[in-house]
Amino acid sequence: MSDVSLMVNGKRVSGAAEDRTLLVHFLRENLGLTGTHVGCDTSQCGACVVHVDGKAVKSCTMLAVQASGSTVLTIEGLANGADLHPVQAAFKEHHGLQCGFCTPGMIMTATDMISRHPEGLDEATVRAELDGNICRCTGYHNIVKAILAASKTMKGSKGKAKQAA
Amino acid sequence: MGIEGVGARVARKEDKRFITGAGRYVDDMVVPGMKHAAFVRSPHAHAQIKKIDVKKAQGMPGVIGVLTGKELKADGIGNLICGWMIHSKDGSPMKMGAWSPLAFDRVRYVGDAVVIVVAETKGQARDAAEAVEITYKELKAVVDASKAMDKGAPQVHPEADNNLIFDWDIGNADDTAAAFNKAAHVVKMDIINNRLVPNAMEPRAALGHYDKAEDHYTCWTTSQNPHVARLVMSAFYNVAPENKLRVIAPDVGGGFGSKIYIYPEEIVCLWASKKTGVPVKWVADRTESFLTDAHGRDHHTHAEMAFDKDHRILGLKVETQANLGAYMSLFSSATPTYLYATLLSGQYNIPAIHANVKAIYTNTAPVDAYRGAGRPEATFVMERMMETAARQFGVSPAELRRKNFVTSFPHQTPVIMCYDAGDYAASLDAAMKASDYAGFAKRKAAAAKKGLLRGIGMSCYIEACGIAPSAAVGSLGAGVGLWESAEVRVNAVGTIEVLTGSHSHGQGHETTFAQLVNERFGVPLDSVSIVHGDTDKVQMGMGTYGSRSGAVGMSAIVKALDKVEAKAKKIAAHLLEADEGDIIIENGALKVAGTDKNVPWFQMALAAYTAHNLPGGMEPGLKETAFYDPSNFTFPAGCYICEVEVDPETGVTEIVQFVAADDFGNIINPMIVEGQVHGGLAQGIGQALLEGAYYDNSGQLLTASYMDYTMPRAGDLPSFKISTSNTPCPGNPLGIKGCGEAGAIGSPPAVINAITDAIGSNDLAMPASPSTVWAAIRATKH
Repeated sequence: MSDVSLMVNGKRVSGAAEDRTLLVHFLRENLGLTGTHVGCDTSQCGACVVHVDGKAVKSCTMLAVQASGSTVLTIEGLANGADLHPVQAAFKEHHGLQCGFCTPGMIMTATDMISRHPEGLDEATVRAELDGNICRCTGYHNIVKAILAASKTMKGSKGKAKQAA
Repeated sequence: MGIEGVGARVARKEDKRFITGAGRYVDDMVVPGMKHAAFVRSPHAHAQIKKIDVKKAQGMPGVIGVLTGKELKADGIGNLICGWMIHSKDGSPMKMGAWSPLAFDRVRYVGDAVVIVVAETKGQARDAAEAVEITYKELKAVVDASKAMDKGAPQVHPEADNNLIFDWDIGNADDTAAAFNKAAHVVKMDIINNRLVPNAMEPRAALGHYDKAEDHYTCWTTSQNPHVARLVMSAFYNVAPENKLRVIAPDVGGGFGSKIYIYPEEIVCLWASKKTGVPVKWVADRTESFLTDAHGRDHHTHAEMAFDKDHRILGLKVETQANLGAYMSLFSSATPTYLYATLLSGQYNIPAIHANVKAIYTNTAPVDAYRGAGRPEATFVMERMMETAARQFGVSPAELRRKNFVTSFPHQTPVIMCYDAGDYAASLDAAMKASDYAGFAKRKAAAAKKGLLRGIGMSCYIEACGIAPSAAVGSLGAGVGLWESAEVRVNAVGTIEVLTGSHSHGQGHETTFAQLVNERFGVPLDSVSIVHGDTDKVQMGMGTYGSRSGAVGMSAIVKALDKVEAKAKKIAAHLLEADEGDIIIENGALKVAGTDKNVPWFQMALAAYTAHNLPGGMEPGLKETAFYDPSNFTFPAGCYICEVEVDPETGVTEIVQFVAADDFGNIINPMIVEGQVHGGLAQGIGQALLEGAYYDNSGQLLTASYMDYTMPRAGDLPSFKISTSNTPCPGNPLGIKGCGEAGAIGSPPAVINAITDAIGSNDLAMPASPSTVWAAIRATKH
């Protein structure tokens, strides 16, 4: 067993975990953050994507002890209180989800993607960058639409913020 | 239509929990004292179990119980069954082999469950599972249905000689032979429909909890039909009587058919909970899902179609071998028979049809309904045949289809179905227009300049949904009725709960069902809650599959709403001292038509519950129940046109345009319907281009992870151009046909027709991977 301490969704947390415990299992089982999902055993599906120190990471590829000392953001910490994050709002508005199982990973991947492309996104880029996330329900059509829309919204709000500054 | 009513593009009510990580799937459930299970599974496709030694495993850290099939049998747990009886053409019943939830004498496919280990943690359960020692005597396996009936082939079950489960036929052989005798042209094809793995993103899971004090079981499970699960586990598997078994299917992460069936794991977890005295949770990993979820398709077909000199279809002969795997899953016998061969008339006038289906055991995972279930297989046969015929005759594929379309309704086909409404030419025209079919030659020439082969292909599909009249399916062998139930509870403050036997696992019922209530009573969507998926809350219902939640599930709600409305109007008339016939419901109030006299909805509801001033003899309260049994199947239909560019150097196919024109009848929420079409198209295109489940000759599944089985990803697919037309279904009160499966049914032949058009060879197997396409191109040059 090892001690694991993390900053998760703005809160300091710690606990003991078996050395073999994956970050995703620590989040789900030790912390009860069940929004992060496990859809495969081979780091292919992306249902478990969270942000570790600001980068999108498949939390099934990382041991909990490896993540110790890091700052982790999960789907539960994305909204600002009752206000949805623009990517969450866009998934809802554009029907970018059906069963909801891949959705947390999709949204965490999308927020990372948008922040890495401040210049904006086009459809081909979004489709290429979704390579690590599998959805079986939507055919991706509306996920792509939602991410493009959120990218636009966030670019717009950043522009406004700059102007205000 | 109001802004939240029928036809409105309303964002989904259920989304909030899913986009904030607050969805509640089975693996998210925690029960006090809960422990974890791992299954020991057969590594062999076919073997005798000589010895099971659990001693070492029992001594491992954290282990609570290690249980075997012998103990399960000793406790009287029954075998899994197939719930649809098919008789062979000689009148004999299908030959169903025994399927014990835990194998104890023989294993019949890789993944067959043998032992369950219960331990403190999932890791400990898995460690101990590895320490269970099972001695097997390996036997020869057969994986290919076309070889399973050969003399000397390994025998999967003693009950089924030569591995033949049934040899069934439909239609009229003599009429069909006569049609072929007068044919001017005959088109013949051998067609394989590739085996697929459904791959809902949430793996299957079960949490069984036996409450000793109450002598009562609760099962949380990933099910599309929790009531059917309870019925079957009670009536056939002897887990517990229905009144002592509660089944809950909470949020379920996709089903696509694979979560209709009752699998060994939920039965064993419930039984193991009683044996060990702790709640037992099992969650499949992805490889377990690949190995043990019911697979789909896997047909080998020879088809022949007879035409007269004017290219009108005279007759159709079909011979199909359906691989059902190692055991008969719950509806496995219905899929290649009544859900397949009854659709072999397609959208066409065909005077004579005869189809023969042989269902065959092999040492592979059980095969059952997967999105579309039989109808994709029928459509693939029909639409490959029509395209091939057009090429053979040198005529336009669109015009050959149009010439043979059914144009008057109702239309009785020679294979049971009676089509009630449709306008197939309207869908064809819409798809041709949207795809700029006329401009294809120019685009092909432009592609050729880039060194690319451009092709176009179409598919005009029909399906039968909303399954189905109970008496009809009963006469065809179904072990259950296929109605649906609904209960509408108007609360004293006017808010409404709708309890439905349908189950949503992505379809958006919490929104569309509420839209229906809003349309009728003007109650805002926020004041309407949809309750489903719990046998303790909802009365018996039949669940969601076969695109039935709209056509059947919502029709039951309509019936209950009718009763609520009638009582509400009586109460309002009494309160307003008006005639019941003059009461209308408008803007959230019950009004006397043509006057300003009204009583708000919530006030009427309150009056129903205070019961201080009700019409004489009326019972207090406002709650109504209805069961709806459909009068016919529904018949969604449409036309899909796919355009591809193939790189002849690499065999890589790119779908450059995909057009879908569907007729789903009336639509409640167009946004949700579009989402269903997108998802179906992705699965159909996946089948055509990417997906295939492959076993080696010894019965090992070679495609048992996402590293090996090619799931469609965002970069594999285009954005889709879709539209709908509408001939309302005359068979149900809402005029709905259903939209859940169309995309997966109609798209594979459109894709293959497009690629074969591009490469100039008609000989192309699914999935049309780059190497397959490349080889097909090379074959045309030699």
